[in-house]
Amino acid sequence: MSDTLTYVYAIARDVDPAVVRGLGGVGGRPVRVVAVGRLGAVVSDADRAEFEERALEERLEDLEWLAATARAHHHVVDTLGRDHLVAPLALATVYFDDDRVRAVLDEGRATFDAVLDRLAGRAEFGLKVYARKGGRSSTATTERAASGAEYLRRRRQALREGDSALDEAREAAEQVDTAVTELAAASRSHRLQDATLSGTSEPMVLNRAYLVPVERAGELAALVGSLAEHPRIRVEVTGPWVPYSFAQADP
Amino acid sequence: MSEPESFELTPRSTSLFGDEEVALVDLLDRLLAGGVVLVGDLTISLAGVDLVRISLRALITSIAPVERPGTLAARAERADRELEAGDG
Repeated sequence: MSDTLTYVYAIARDVDPAVVRGLGGVGGRPVRVVAVGRLGAVVSDADRAEFEERALEERLEDLEWLAATARAHHHVVDTLGRDHLVAPLALATVYFDDDRVRAVLDEGRATFDAVLDRLAGRAEFGLKVYARKGGRSSTATTERAASGAEYLRRRRQALREGDSALDEAREAAEQVDTAVTELAAASRSHRLQDATLSGTSEPMVLNRAYLVPVERAGELAALVGSLAEHPRIRVEVTGPWVPYSFAQADP
Repeated sequence: MSEPESFELTPRSTSLFGDEEVALVDLLDRLLAGGVVLVGDLTISLAGVDLVRISLRALITSIAPVERPGTLAARAERADRELEAGDG
């Protein structure tokens, strides 16, 4: 039994060997191409022990390993994606050997072609919208409350204002979403990140991925640019991404 | 066809690990829930794993690498509880 497995990063057509040459994958292993006709799987060896089922379950709890693997996976996919139309595979897709990968390519040819055709000429952009803090706090007062009741009244009012600011931010985010969706071929929600994850205390009100035709990326940039001074929301764009969020075999 | 690289909102470096600029949490959102899902030879069911928890824990680790494990675990647990409490 071989000590290594074949780790598949992505599937693409007519892979340029020059792009892959010198590229390091998971564990620093050299990346290569396993091709069937025009379709190529971009792969590297991977330590079998590291990816055996039980080992992997443990590994997924090993956060340094997970982060390093995710980065390595992304590095390969992203590098390839600069010059190629790619269908990225889910993290940690492994086969016993290259022959098995060839068989999968052969059997799944129609599926991969369909996925690649759907992604052609499109890139993924991420939009994260945060509710701005503060805003108009006209009723905020620095005077001390004259009584407990007065204090409570002010406190309730502050809370109401906070709520309504958040509502207004959500509403504004919906409008942004509607506008961006019109530019996009598809969109998909990601979960909202709390402050621990987002690294900002502003509440996140939208976290979505959009599959945008590359010729409309400029419109997206202009739209987002026009929102820079929005009083209620702050908009962050990430991308272009290789379209991870839209690479399902079955849309 | 215009190139996506001309889109300047998020600058991309071309160094060996230029994609370091990509936030780990955004990356894990995509890698753990996206991509073409094939049945590999080792039936690794990522779907069976609590991805939200993993990515959350991973991020906490990545932003607080110098903390002692105890502290880290406590923070991850608190984050887990917050998740369970509701914003799913």
